[in-house]
Amino acid sequence: MKKVEAIIRKSKFSDVKNALHEVGVNFFSYWDVTGQGNEKEGHVYRGISYSTSDIQRRYLDIVVNDDFEDITVKTIIAAAGTGEVGDGKIFVSEVKEAYRIRTGNKGSETLK
Amino acid sequence: MEEITNQITEINGVLDIMWILIAGIFVFFMQAGFTLVESGFTRAKNTINIVMKNLMDLCIGSLAFWAIGYAIMYGDDIGKFIGTPSLFYNEAGEMHNLWFQTVFCATAATIISGAVAERTKFSTYLILSLVMTAVIYPISGHWVWQGDGWLTELGFIDFAGSTVVHSVGGWAALVAAILIGPRIGKYVKGKSVAIPGHNMMYGALGVFILWLGWFGFNPGSELAMSGESANHVANIVITTNLAAAAGAVMALFYTWFKYGKPDISMTLNGALAGLVGITAGCAAVSNGGAVAIGAICGIAVVASITFIDQKLRIDDPVGAISVHGVCGAIGTLLVGVFGTDGGLFYGGGFHQLGVQAIGVVGIGAWVLVTSFILLIILKKTIGLRVSEKDEIEGLDITEHGMNAYPDFRLNEH
Repeated sequence: MKKVEAIIRKSKFSDVKNALHEVGVNFFSYWDVTGQGNEKEGHVYRGISYSTSDIQRRYLDIVVNDDFEDITVKTIIAAAGTGEVGDGKIFVSEVKEAYRIRTGNKGSETLK
Repeated sequence: MEEITNQITEINGVLDIMWILIAGIFVFFMQAGFTLVESGFTRAKNTINIVMKNLMDLCIGSLAFWAIGYAIMYGDDIGKFIGTPSLFYNEAGEMHNLWFQTVFCATAATIISGAVAERTKFSTYLILSLVMTAVIYPISGHWVWQGDGWLTELGFIDFAGSTVVHSVGGWAALVAAILIGPRIGKYVKGKSVAIPGHNMMYGALGVFILWLGWFGFNPGSELAMSGESANHVANIVITTNLAAAAGAVMALFYTWFKYGKPDISMTLNGALAGLVGITAGCAAVSNGGAVAIGAICGIAVVASITFIDQKLRIDDPVGAISVHGVCGAIGTLLVGVFGTDGGLFYGGGFHQLGVQAIGVVGIGAWVLVTSFILLIILKKTIGLRVSEKDEIEGLDITEHGMNAYPDFRLNEH
Protein backbone atom coordinates (compact mmCIF):
# COMPACT_ATOMS: atom_id res chain seq x y z
CA MET A 1 0.00 0.00 0.00
CA LYS A 2 1.21 3.48 -0.75
CA LYS A 3 0.58 6.91 0.78
CA VAL A 4 0.25 9.69 -1.81
CA GLU A 5 0.59 13.14 -0.23
CA ALA A 6 -0.25 16.05 -2.50
CA ILE A 7 0.09 19.77 -1.78
CA ILE A 8 -2.09 21.58 -4.30
CA ARG A 9 -3.64 25.00 -4.93
CA LYS A 10 -6.90 25.43 -3.07
CA SER A 11 -8.52 26.66 -6.27
CA LYS A 12 -7.69 23.33 -7.95
CA PHE A 13 -9.15 21.14 -5.22
CA SER A 14 -12.52 20.74 -6.87
CA ASP A 15 -10.95 19.57 -10.14
CA VAL A 16 -8.59 17.18 -8.37
CA LYS A 17 -11.37 15.73 -6.20
CA ASN A 18 -13.65 15.08 -9.20
CA ALA A 19 -10.82 13.61 -11.26
CA LEU A 20 -9.83 11.23 -8.46
CA HIS A 21 -13.42 10.06 -8.02
CA GLU A 22 -13.57 9.38 -11.75
CA VAL A 23 -10.63 6.97 -11.64
CA GLY A 24 -11.94 5.20 -8.57
CA VAL A 25 -9.94 6.88 -5.80
CA ASN A 26 -12.68 7.67 -3.31
CA PHE A 27 -11.08 7.84 0.15
CA PHE A 28 -8.76 10.57 1.31
CA SER A 29 -8.37 13.28 3.94
CA TYR A 30 -7.46 16.90 3.39
CA TRP A 31 -6.73 20.05 5.33
CA ASP A 32 -5.54 23.59 4.70
CA VAL A 33 -1.89 24.37 5.28
CA THR A 34 0.42 27.35 5.13
CA GLY A 35 3.77 26.73 3.63
CA GLN A 36 6.95 28.13 2.14
CA GLY A 37 7.71 27.78 -1.50
CA ASN A 38 8.86 29.55 -4.61
CA GLU A 39 5.72 31.58 -5.04
CA LYS A 40 5.63 34.97 -3.32
CA GLU A 41 2.72 37.29 -2.54
CA GLY A 42 3.11 41.08 -2.49
CA HIS A 43 1.34 42.81 0.39
CA VAL A 44 0.94 46.42 1.44
CA TYR A 45 -0.37 47.24 4.92
CA ARG A 46 -0.68 50.87 5.99
CA GLY A 47 2.21 52.03 3.90
CA ILE A 48 4.53 49.11 4.53
CA SER A 49 5.23 46.94 1.51
CA TYR A 50 6.31 43.41 2.23
CA SER A 51 6.32 40.22 0.24
CA THR A 52 5.69 36.93 1.90
CA SER A 53 6.54 33.44 0.79
CA ASP A 54 3.93 32.16 3.26
CA ILE A 55 1.38 30.69 0.91
CA GLN A 56 -1.93 28.92 1.49
CA ARG A 57 -2.37 25.45 0.06
CA ARG A 58 -4.48 22.33 0.51
CA TYR A 59 -2.87 19.08 1.63
CA LEU A 60 -4.34 15.76 0.51
CA ASP A 61 -3.48 12.52 2.25
CA ILE A 62 -4.45 9.51 0.08
CA VAL A 63 -3.68 5.88 0.91
CA VAL A 64 -4.09 3.47 -2.07
CA ASN A 65 -3.25 -0.07 -3.05
CA ASP A 66 0.01 -0.48 -4.99
CA ASP A 67 -1.75 -0.90 -8.34
CA PHE A 68 -3.40 2.49 -7.90
CA GLU A 69 -0.22 4.46 -7.18
CA ASP A 70 0.49 5.39 -10.78
CA ILE A 71 -3.01 6.45 -11.79
CA THR A 72 -3.45 8.51 -8.62
CA VAL A 73 -0.27 10.48 -9.21
CA LYS A 74 -0.98 11.01 -12.91
CA THR A 75 -4.55 12.14 -12.19
CA ILE A 76 -3.45 14.69 -9.62
CA ILE A 77 -0.73 16.11 -11.86
CA ALA A 78 -3.21 16.49 -14.72
CA ALA A 79 -5.97 18.08 -12.62
CA ALA A 80 -3.91 20.28 -10.28
CA GLY A 81 -1.49 21.86 -12.72
CA THR A 82 -1.75 25.38 -14.12
CA GLY A 83 1.73 25.72 -15.53
CA GLU A 84 2.57 28.56 -13.09
CA VAL A 85 5.17 28.46 -10.34
CA GLY A 86 3.43 27.23 -7.16
CA ASP A 87 1.43 24.30 -8.55
CA GLY A 88 2.62 22.08 -5.70
CA LYS A 89 4.26 18.76 -4.97
CA ILE A 90 3.39 15.05 -4.59
CA PHE A 91 5.19 12.64 -2.23
CA VAL A 92 4.79 8.87 -2.28
CA SER A 93 5.77 6.66 0.64
CA GLU A 94 5.23 3.10 1.86
CA VAL A 95 2.35 2.27 4.20
CA LYS A 96 2.88 -0.71 6.52
CA GLU A 97 -0.75 -1.59 7.24
CA ALA A 98 -4.32 -0.32 6.84
CA TYR A 99 -7.41 -1.12 9.01
CA ARG A 100 -11.12 -0.47 8.76
CA ILE A 101 -12.30 0.70 12.17
CA ARG A 102 -15.90 -0.49 11.85
CA THR A 103 -15.01 -4.15 11.25
CA GLY A 104 -11.44 -4.38 12.53
CA ASN A 105 -10.29 -5.93 9.22
CA LYS A 106 -6.92 -5.11 7.71
CA GLY A 107 -5.18 -5.30 4.36
CA SER A 108 -5.75 -4.04 0.81
CA GLU A 109 -9.48 -4.99 0.94
CA THR A 110 -10.07 -2.08 3.36
CA LEU A 111 -8.97 0.45 0.71
CA LYS A 112 -11.60 -0.62 -1.85
CA MET B 1 -52.39 85.55 21.99
CA GLU B 2 -49.91 85.34 24.86
CA GLU B 3 -51.17 81.83 25.56
CA ILE B 4 -50.25 80.76 22.02
CA THR B 5 -46.82 82.39 22.26
CA ASN B 6 -46.18 80.54 25.51
CA GLN B 7 -47.19 77.26 23.97
CA ILE B 8 -44.94 77.81 20.97
CA THR B 9 -42.05 78.62 23.25
CA GLU B 10 -42.74 75.46 25.20
CA ILE B 11 -42.90 73.35 22.05
CA ASN B 12 -39.65 74.84 20.81
CA GLY B 13 -38.04 73.95 24.10
CA VAL B 14 -39.24 70.38 23.76
CA LEU B 15 -37.95 70.17 20.17
CA ASP B 16 -34.57 71.38 21.31
CA ILE B 17 -34.33 68.91 24.19
CA MET B 18 -35.53 66.08 21.99
CA TRP B 19 -32.91 66.78 19.36
CA ILE B 20 -30.13 66.99 21.96
CA LEU B 21 -31.18 63.67 23.46
CA ILE B 22 -31.40 61.89 20.10
CA ALA B 23 -28.13 63.36 18.84
CA GLY B 24 -26.47 62.20 22.05
CA ILE B 25 -27.80 58.72 21.44
CA PHE B 26 -26.12 58.70 18.03
CA VAL B 27 -22.85 59.80 19.62
CA PHE B 28 -23.21 57.04 22.21
CA PHE B 29 -23.21 54.50 19.42
CA MET B 30 -19.79 55.75 18.31
CA GLN B 31 -18.44 53.64 21.18
CA ALA B 32 -19.42 50.59 19.14
CA GLY B 33 -17.73 52.13 16.12
CA PHE B 34 -14.48 52.67 17.99
CA THR B 35 -14.60 49.12 19.33
CA LEU B 36 -15.02 47.68 15.83
CA VAL B 37 -12.31 49.80 14.25
CA GLU B 38 -9.80 49.08 16.99
CA SER B 39 -10.40 45.34 17.09
CA GLY B 40 -10.46 45.09 13.30
CA PHE B 41 -7.08 46.80 13.03
CA THR B 42 -5.43 44.65 15.70
CA ARG B 43 -4.78 40.96 16.16
CA ALA B 44 -7.42 38.43 17.17
CA LYS B 45 -5.55 37.42 20.31
CA ASN B 46 -6.25 40.86 21.80
CA THR B 47 -9.87 41.35 20.78
CA ILE B 48 -11.42 40.89 24.22
CA ASN B 49 -8.97 43.38 25.66
CA ILE B 50 -10.02 45.97 23.06
CA VAL B 51 -13.67 45.34 23.86
CA MET B 52 -13.04 45.65 27.59
CA LYS B 53 -11.17 48.93 27.24
CA ASN B 54 -13.84 50.47 25.07
CA LEU B 55 -16.65 49.21 27.26
CA MET B 56 -15.01 50.46 30.44
CA ASP B 57 -13.90 53.87 29.27
CA LEU B 58 -17.55 54.48 28.43
CA CYS B 59 -18.67 53.30 31.84
CA ILE B 60 -15.94 55.02 33.82
CA GLY B 61 -16.45 58.16 31.76
CA SER B 62 -20.20 58.15 32.33
CA LEU B 63 -19.76 57.82 36.07
CA ALA B 64 -16.78 60.14 36.48
CA PHE B 65 -18.28 62.88 34.34
CA TRP B 66 -21.51 62.73 36.33
CA ALA B 67 -19.61 62.55 39.62
CA ILE B 68 -17.39 65.56 39.04
CA GLY B 69 -16.33 66.12 35.42
CA TYR B 70 -19.48 67.92 34.27
CA ALA B 71 -19.27 70.39 37.13
CA ILE B 72 -15.59 71.08 36.46
CA MET B 73 -16.44 71.70 32.82
CA TYR B 74 -19.71 73.62 33.10
CA GLY B 75 -19.81 74.89 36.67
CA ASP B 76 -19.64 78.58 37.52
CA ASP B 77 -16.36 79.88 36.16
CA ILE B 78 -13.29 80.40 38.34
CA GLY B 79 -10.53 82.44 36.72
CA LYS B 80 -11.64 81.55 33.18
CA PHE B 81 -9.84 78.28 33.82
CA ILE B 82 -12.13 75.87 35.61
CA GLY B 83 -15.73 75.44 36.66
CA THR B 84 -16.77 75.30 40.29
CA PRO B 85 -16.48 71.64 41.22
CA SER B 86 -19.45 69.96 42.81
CA LEU B 87 -20.26 66.32 43.28
CA PHE B 88 -22.89 64.11 41.65
CA TYR B 89 -24.56 66.55 39.28
CA ASN B 90 -28.28 66.54 39.75
CA GLU B 91 -29.67 69.85 38.53
CA ALA B 92 -33.32 69.52 37.54
CA GLY B 93 -34.07 70.29 33.90
CA GLU B 94 -30.43 69.89 32.87
CA MET B 95 -30.17 66.14 32.33
CA HIS B 96 -30.24 66.43 28.55
CA ASN B 97 -27.11 68.58 28.77
CA LEU B 98 -25.43 66.13 31.12
CA TRP B 99 -26.29 63.37 28.67
CA PHE B 100 -24.96 65.13 25.59
CA GLN B 101 -21.73 66.20 27.24
CA THR B 102 -21.17 62.78 28.80
CA VAL B 103 -21.08 61.03 25.44
CA PHE B 104 -18.67 63.65 24.10
CA CYS B 105 -16.40 63.09 27.09
CA ALA B 106 -16.55 59.33 26.58
CA THR B 107 -15.54 59.85 22.93
CA ALA B 108 -12.39 61.75 23.93
CA ALA B 109 -11.43 59.05 26.41
CA THR B 110 -11.88 56.14 24.04
CA ILE B 111 -9.63 57.62 21.36
CA ILE B 112 -6.58 56.66 23.38
CA SER B 113 -7.30 52.94 23.55
CA GLY B 114 -6.52 52.31 19.87
CA ALA B 115 -3.09 53.91 20.00
CA VAL B 116 -1.99 51.85 23.00
CA ALA B 117 -3.59 48.60 21.93
CA GLU B 118 -2.08 45.13 22.28
CA ARG B 119 0.49 45.90 25.00
CA THR B 120 -1.02 48.10 27.73
CA LYS B 121 -1.95 46.92 31.21
CA PHE B 122 -5.71 46.97 31.57
CA SER B 123 -5.67 48.43 35.08
CA THR B 124 -3.38 51.23 33.93
CA TYR B 125 -5.75 52.04 31.11
CA LEU B 126 -8.70 52.26 33.49
CA ILE B 127 -6.91 54.83 35.62
CA LEU B 128 -5.92 56.78 32.52
CA SER B 129 -9.60 56.88 31.45
CA LEU B 130 -10.68 58.02 34.89
CA VAL B 131 -8.31 60.99 35.02
CA MET B 132 -9.07 61.95 31.41
CA THR B 133 -12.81 62.09 31.99
CA ALA B 134 -12.76 63.56 35.49
CA VAL B 135 -10.04 66.20 35.11
CA ILE B 136 -8.09 66.65 31.88
CA TYR B 137 -10.97 66.79 29.37
CA PRO B 138 -13.33 68.86 31.54
CA ILE B 139 -10.79 71.59 32.25
CA SER B 140 -9.83 72.26 28.63
CA GLY B 141 -13.47 71.86 27.69
CA HIS B 142 -14.34 74.60 30.16
CA TRP B 143 -12.00 77.00 28.37
CA VAL B 144 -14.02 76.66 25.15
CA TRP B 145 -17.62 75.64 25.84
CA GLN B 146 -18.69 76.87 29.25
CA GLY B 147 -19.07 80.45 28.05
CA ASP B 148 -16.67 82.27 30.38
CA GLY B 149 -13.47 80.43 29.55
CA TRP B 150 -10.38 82.25 28.32
CA LEU B 151 -10.52 80.74 24.83
CA THR B 152 -14.17 81.69 24.39
CA GLU B 153 -13.19 85.23 25.30
CA LEU B 154 -10.57 85.28 22.55
CA GLY B 155 -13.14 84.20 19.99
CA PHE B 156 -11.85 80.66 19.52
CA ILE B 157 -14.19 78.57 17.36
CA ASP B 158 -14.55 74.83 17.92
CA PHE B 159 -18.19 74.07 17.27
CA ALA B 160 -18.32 70.36 18.05
CA GLY B 161 -14.83 69.61 19.30
CA SER B 162 -12.03 69.02 16.76
CA THR B 163 -9.77 70.32 19.50
CA VAL B 164 -11.88 70.00 22.65
CA VAL B 165 -12.63 66.33 22.04
CA HIS B 166 -10.55 64.87 19.24
CA SER B 167 -7.15 66.42 19.64
CA VAL B 168 -7.43 66.08 23.41
CA GLY B 169 -7.77 62.34 22.83
CA GLY B 170 -5.18 62.40 20.07
CA TRP B 171 -2.40 64.17 22.01
CA ALA B 172 -2.97 61.99 25.07
CA ALA B 173 -2.72 59.02 22.72
CA LEU B 174 0.59 60.36 21.41
CA VAL B 175 2.10 60.67 24.89
CA ALA B 176 0.80 57.26 25.87
CA ALA B 177 2.09 55.56 22.72
CA ILE B 178 5.54 57.07 23.24
CA LEU B 179 5.81 56.23 26.94
CA ILE B 180 4.30 52.77 26.63
CA GLY B 181 6.50 51.93 23.67
CA PRO B 182 5.88 49.93 20.52
CA ARG B 183 4.55 46.39 20.28
CA ILE B 184 7.14 43.65 20.37
CA GLY B 185 8.40 43.00 16.86
CA LYS B 186 7.03 46.22 15.42
CA TYR B 187 10.38 47.88 14.73
CA VAL B 188 13.15 45.55 13.64
CA LYS B 189 16.57 46.90 12.64
CA GLY B 190 15.14 50.39 12.40
CA LYS B 191 12.37 49.44 10.00
CA SER B 192 8.66 49.23 10.63
CA VAL B 193 7.17 45.76 10.35
CA ALA B 194 3.59 45.26 9.17
CA ILE B 195 1.34 43.73 11.83
CA PRO B 196 -1.92 43.27 9.93
CA GLY B 197 -5.24 43.72 11.67
CA HIS B 198 -7.40 40.61 11.87
CA ASN B 199 -10.64 41.85 10.35
CA MET B 200 -11.00 44.67 7.85
CA MET B 201 -14.75 44.13 7.79
CA TYR B 202 -14.94 45.12 11.46
CA GLY B 203 -12.80 48.14 10.59
CA ALA B 204 -15.16 49.16 7.80
CA LEU B 205 -18.29 48.56 9.84
CA GLY B 206 -16.74 50.55 12.64
CA VAL B 207 -16.10 53.51 10.38
CA PHE B 208 -19.64 53.42 9.03
CA ILE B 209 -20.94 53.47 12.60
CA LEU B 210 -18.61 56.33 13.57
CA TRP B 211 -19.74 58.27 10.49
CA LEU B 212 -23.34 57.69 11.52
CA GLY B 213 -22.56 58.79 15.05
CA TRP B 214 -21.01 61.98 13.72
CA PHE B 215 -24.46 62.98 12.47
CA GLY B 216 -25.26 63.35 16.13
CA PHE B 217 -21.88 64.76 17.08
CA ASN B 218 -21.81 67.77 14.75
CA PRO B 219 -25.45 68.61 14.06
CA GLY B 220 -26.30 67.95 17.71
CA SER B 221 -23.84 70.59 18.81
CA GLU B 222 -26.26 73.23 17.55
CA LEU B 223 -28.02 72.31 20.81
CA ALA B 224 -31.33 73.28 19.29
CA MET B 225 -33.72 72.35 16.51
CA SER B 226 -36.45 74.94 16.81
CA GLY B 227 -36.82 77.97 14.62
CA GLU B 228 -33.77 78.85 12.54
CA SER B 229 -31.77 76.03 14.09
CA ALA B 230 -33.50 73.44 11.95
CA ASN B 231 -31.79 74.81 8.87
CA HIS B 232 -28.48 75.17 10.66
CA VAL B 233 -28.68 71.53 11.71
CA ALA B 234 -29.38 70.51 8.11
CA ASN B 235 -26.41 72.56 6.89
CA ILE B 236 -24.17 70.88 9.43
CA VAL B 237 -25.32 67.41 8.36
CA ILE B 238 -24.21 68.28 4.83
CA THR B 239 -20.84 69.81 5.72
CA THR B 240 -20.13 66.79 7.90
CA ASN B 241 -20.97 64.29 5.18
CA LEU B 242 -19.07 66.14 2.47
CA ALA B 243 -15.92 66.35 4.58
CA ALA B 244 -16.02 62.63 5.34
CA ALA B 245 -16.48 61.75 1.69
CA ALA B 246 -13.72 64.10 0.56
CA GLY B 247 -11.35 62.72 3.18
CA ALA B 248 -11.96 59.15 2.08
CA VAL B 249 -11.59 59.97 -1.62
CA MET B 250 -8.30 61.82 -1.15
CA ALA B 251 -6.88 59.06 1.04
CA LEU B 252 -7.97 56.56 -1.60
CA PHE B 253 -6.17 58.39 -4.40
CA TYR B 254 -3.11 59.03 -2.31
CA THR B 255 -2.62 55.37 -1.39
CA TRP B 256 -3.53 54.24 -4.90
CA PHE B 257 -0.90 56.55 -6.35
CA LYS B 258 1.75 55.85 -3.74
CA TYR B 259 1.42 52.08 -3.28
CA GLY B 260 -0.10 50.96 -6.57
CA LYS B 261 -3.27 49.67 -4.94
CA PRO B 262 -5.96 51.54 -2.98
CA ASP B 263 -5.61 50.67 0.70
CA ILE B 264 -8.80 49.98 2.63
CA SER B 265 -7.48 50.74 6.09
CA MET B 266 -6.04 54.11 5.05
CA THR B 267 -9.16 55.01 3.09
CA LEU B 268 -11.23 54.30 6.17
CA ASN B 269 -8.87 56.48 8.19
CA GLY B 270 -9.35 59.15 5.52
CA ALA B 271 -13.09 59.26 6.08
CA LEU B 272 -12.52 59.63 9.82
CA ALA B 273 -9.90 62.31 9.23
CA GLY B 274 -12.40 64.32 7.23
CA LEU B 275 -14.96 63.93 9.99
CA VAL B 276 -12.54 65.00 12.69
CA GLY B 277 -11.37 67.91 10.58
CA ILE B 278 -14.83 69.35 9.90
CA THR B 279 -15.92 69.03 13.51
CA ALA B 280 -14.56 72.44 14.47
CA GLY B 281 -15.94 74.38 11.53
CA CYS B 282 -19.03 72.42 10.57
CA ALA B 283 -21.26 75.41 11.29
CA ALA B 284 -18.86 78.07 10.07
CA VAL B 285 -17.83 76.98 6.60
CA SER B 286 -19.56 76.60 3.26
CA ASN B 287 -20.11 73.27 1.54
CA GLY B 288 -17.08 73.97 -0.63
CA GLY B 289 -15.07 74.76 2.47
CA ALA B 290 -16.16 71.46 4.02
CA VAL B 291 -14.94 69.55 0.96
CA ALA B 292 -11.63 71.40 1.11
CA ILE B 293 -11.15 70.69 4.80
CA GLY B 294 -12.03 67.02 4.33
CA ALA B 295 -9.70 66.69 1.37
CA ILE B 296 -6.78 68.31 3.19
CA CYS B 297 -7.28 66.03 6.19
CA GLY B 298 -7.58 62.97 3.94
CA ILE B 299 -4.14 63.62 2.52
CA ALA B 300 -2.69 64.73 5.84
CA VAL B 301 -3.79 61.61 7.68
CA VAL B 302 -2.03 59.24 5.27
CA ALA B 303 1.14 61.33 5.33
CA SER B 304 0.98 61.59 9.11
CA ILE B 305 0.39 57.89 9.70
CA THR B 306 3.37 56.90 7.57
CA PHE B 307 5.57 59.62 9.07
CA ILE B 308 4.74 58.75 12.67
CA ASP B 309 5.15 55.03 12.04
CA GLN B 310 8.13 54.86 9.71
CA LYS B 311 10.13 57.98 10.60
CA LEU B 312 9.30 58.66 14.26
CA ARG B 313 8.81 54.95 14.96
CA ILE B 314 5.88 55.53 17.29
CA ASP B 315 3.57 52.52 17.18
CA ASP B 316 -0.08 53.49 16.73
CA PRO B 317 -1.98 50.44 15.44
CA VAL B 318 -5.08 52.36 14.36
CA GLY B 319 -3.70 55.78 13.44
CA ALA B 320 -5.51 57.51 16.32
CA ILE B 321 -2.78 60.11 16.78
CA SER B 322 -3.00 61.11 13.13
CA VAL B 323 -6.77 60.96 12.77
CA HIS B 324 -7.70 62.69 16.01
CA GLY B 325 -4.61 64.69 17.07
CA VAL B 326 -3.16 65.90 13.79
CA CYS B 327 -6.42 66.28 11.88
CA GLY B 328 -8.15 67.74 14.92
CA ALA B 329 -5.51 70.48 14.93
CA ILE B 330 -5.66 70.99 11.16
CA GLY B 331 -9.45 71.16 11.13
CA THR B 332 -9.42 73.70 13.95
CA LEU B 333 -6.86 75.89 12.23
CA LEU B 334 -8.72 75.74 8.92
CA VAL B 335 -11.73 77.46 10.48
CA GLY B 336 -9.49 80.50 10.40
CA VAL B 337 -9.11 80.01 6.65
CA PHE B 338 -12.48 78.80 5.43
CA GLY B 339 -14.80 80.37 8.02
CA THR B 340 -17.29 82.42 6.00
CA ASP B 341 -17.41 85.00 8.77
CA GLY B 342 -13.87 86.30 9.17
CA GLY B 343 -11.80 83.55 7.60
CA LEU B 344 -8.63 84.27 5.65
CA PHE B 345 -10.21 83.34 2.32
CA TYR B 346 -13.17 85.62 3.04
CA GLY B 347 -11.19 88.77 3.61
CA GLY B 348 -10.94 88.43 7.36
CA GLY B 349 -7.18 88.51 7.44
CA PHE B 350 -5.12 86.40 9.81
CA HIS B 351 -6.87 87.26 13.04
CA GLN B 352 -9.18 84.25 13.32
CA LEU B 353 -6.41 81.94 12.17
CA GLY B 354 -4.22 83.31 14.93
CA VAL B 355 -6.92 82.73 17.53
CA GLN B 356 -7.43 79.19 16.29
CA ALA B 357 -3.70 78.60 16.62
CA ILE B 358 -3.70 79.84 20.21
CA GLY B 359 -6.46 77.37 21.06
CA VAL B 360 -4.77 74.47 19.31
CA VAL B 361 -1.43 75.14 21.00
CA GLY B 362 -2.93 75.99 24.38
CA ILE B 363 -5.06 72.89 24.67
CA GLY B 364 -2.36 70.79 23.04
CA ALA B 365 0.13 71.87 25.66
CA TRP B 366 -2.37 71.27 28.48
CA VAL B 367 -3.01 67.71 27.36
CA LEU B 368 0.61 66.87 26.55
CA VAL B 369 1.79 68.05 29.97
CA THR B 370 -1.00 66.57 32.11
CA SER B 371 -1.03 63.22 30.35
CA PHE B 372 2.75 63.07 30.53
CA ILE B 373 2.72 63.64 34.28
CA LEU B 374 -0.05 61.10 34.77
CA LEU B 375 1.65 58.44 32.67
CA ILE B 376 5.03 58.93 34.32
CA ILE B 377 3.39 58.44 37.71
CA LEU B 378 1.65 55.31 36.45
CA LYS B 379 4.86 54.05 34.89
CA LYS B 380 6.70 54.36 38.19
CA THR B 381 3.92 52.83 40.27
CA ILE B 382 1.84 50.10 38.64
CA GLY B 383 3.62 50.04 35.29
CA LEU B 384 2.29 50.69 31.80
CA ARG B 385 2.93 47.49 29.88
CA VAL B 386 2.13 43.84 30.30
CA SER B 387 5.09 41.47 30.49
CA GLU B 388 6.77 40.37 27.30
CA LYS B 389 5.50 36.82 27.72
CA ASP B 390 1.93 38.04 28.20
CA GLU B 391 2.10 40.33 25.20
CA ILE B 392 3.28 37.52 22.95
CA GLU B 393 0.65 35.10 24.19
CA GLY B 394 -2.11 37.68 23.78
CA LEU B 395 -3.95 39.92 26.24
CA ASP B 396 -7.25 38.08 25.89
CA ILE B 397 -5.95 35.04 27.69
CA THR B 398 -3.40 36.73 29.95
CA GLU B 399 -5.44 39.75 31.11
CA HIS B 400 -8.95 38.34 30.84
CA GLY B 401 -8.62 34.57 30.98
CA MET B 402 -10.50 33.79 27.79
CA ASN B 403 -10.33 33.83 24.00
CA ALA B 404 -12.47 36.03 21.82
CA TYR B 405 -12.69 33.29 19.20
CA PRO B 406 -12.51 29.95 21.00
CA ASP B 407 -13.94 28.09 17.99
CA PHE B 408 -11.23 29.30 15.63
CA ARG B 409 -7.62 28.33 15.29
CA LEU B 410 -5.69 31.59 15.23
CA ASN B 411 -2.60 32.26 13.19
CA GLU B 412 0.20 33.05 15.57
CA HIS B 413 1.96 36.34 14.90
